[in-house]
Amino acid sequence: MNLDLSFASTLDWQPLWLTLKLALIATGILLLIGIPLAYWVAYTRTRLKPLVETLVSMPLVLPPSVLGFYLLLAFSPQHAFGQWLEHWLHLRLAFSFPGLVLGSIIFSLPFMVQPLQSGFQNLPVSLIEASRTLGKSDFFTLFRVLLPNMKSALLTGTVLSFAHAIGEFGVILMIGGNIPGVTRVASIAIYDEVESLQYGAANFYALVLFAVSFTILLFVYLMNRRWGRLA
Amino acid sequence: MIDIHLDKTLQSRGQSADTSLHLHVQTVLKSGDFVALVGPSGAGKTTMLRMLAGLTEPDTGKIVVDGEVWFDAGKKINLAPQHRSIGFVFQDYALFPNLTVRQNVGYALGKREQDWLDDLLGLTGLATLHDRSPATLSGGQKQRVALARAIARKPKLLLLDEPLSALDIDLRVQLQEELARLQSRFGFTTVMVSHDLGEVFKLAQQALRIEHGKIVQTGTPAQVFLSERHAGKLNLQAQVLEIRREEVIYVLSLLIGKDIVDVIASDDEVAGLKPGDLVAISAKAFSPLIFKRALADGGVG
Repeated sequence: MNLDLSFASTLDWQPLWLTLKLALIATGILLLIGIPLAYWVAYTRTRLKPLVETLVSMPLVLPPSVLGFYLLLAFSPQHAFGQWLEHWLHLRLAFSFPGLVLGSIIFSLPFMVQPLQSGFQNLPVSLIEASRTLGKSDFFTLFRVLLPNMKSALLTGTVLSFAHAIGEFGVILMIGGNIPGVTRVASIAIYDEVESLQYGAANFYALVLFAVSFTILLFVYLMNRRWGRLA
Repeated sequence: MIDIHLDKTLQSRGQSADTSLHLHVQTVLKSGDFVALVGPSGAGKTTMLRMLAGLTEPDTGKIVVDGEVWFDAGKKINLAPQHRSIGFVFQDYALFPNLTVRQNVGYALGKREQDWLDDLLGLTGLATLHDRSPATLSGGQKQRVALARAIARKPKLLLLDEPLSALDIDLRVQLQEELARLQSRFGFTTVMVSHDLGEVFKLAQQALRIEHGKIVQTGTPAQVFLSERHAGKLNLQAQVLEIRREEVIYVLSLLIGKDIVDVIASDDEVAGLKPGDLVAISAKAFSPLIFKRALADGGVG
């Protein structure tokens, strides 16, 4: 392989930092949304449950460009929701970093909710019931009993969401474009470098993403193996 | 006084419509009594226990405990389990796997009740195990932790769902004695689901036999169990360990309780039996030989 290495002197780390920032923020918010949502889906008896499960899982089967297209329409200041956001929250989501965060959250939702949901469902119901008969609220039980006993589901959900947010391309390209320092994350940068035949730079970003994803997944499997042995 | 009047229709899912069970229970329990619920599986015993705890909502009825209304369908009162003074021992123990023995037992206790927690751990023989995690405990130890946790808040009503059924006979006897001791010391009203007649006789003052969702018999264990059997006969449950042919007769080795007994049997009786089968044996009891067990046996003392 004979790659042009002239990029090395003008190496642009910004897309990587932006990717990391995006993935961290999206994963943090996903944890906050995912835990209550998965708890609700796992224990609810409402008939709406299949509908909610379907909506949460849609990003798994939907082409990212479809999701990105509709998000772009929704965020556009020419449409009602976009206007409302801009008028009341002074938030412009199209072609902006907050828009990327929101897109990543929606797109990674199933990767957080599904492991957590099965984590909750794998715990014996008698744990919650026992805690109730001991006078404790379900909120107390969630943090004191349920979550500590599904560490591997929490880790899987967190890490898969994080890894997925790092690698996301289609949605981000649609709603974020390719604005350096704002929406130009690593996956976009790779595409861009290849387009302009800068294979060396593309290889650099690709290698970093490959290494990060590999390390993260390896970490998850190692930890799950350890917890599996302890249990 | 615990006034119970409960109605609930239970549907077994995924089966034909006629498998629904109508549970109708009306009874009064005396405070401080030890009450056993007996009867075939699927008769509604566990559901009754869960309704007392507030884990399952009755369709209609009333639960009044010492003048306090826990459930009243007419007045739309349904206290959450959190607000009922109960302790519940689940069949699977439901110990919190992430907490130590001490944290499990003290789960419902505040910081100021640590002295009582120490007492309780001592009383239930858990003091030396206090920092172990539930996964490292034996069945009997887990059962003890579940029991200690259930009585930690000194509940009015202790509900036990076949608490000892998974344990071997020695451990069972030991824990039965412990349970009797705790019951007489703290005086809570106890309702226990049990399939073990010996256990019921040993622990309960009152037995309720439930069949098809109805209380069909109530009284002391002797009244409930002896009336249906032929007076003057010993009736024992046994398991066949071995069948030997000796000359013209058969010798059956039977496990009765924890004793092994050889009995003589005829061709007819042995026909169709194989080791592992459960059998009932019956003998006339008009002149049994009765001895007090020596203390060295580890018995009644």
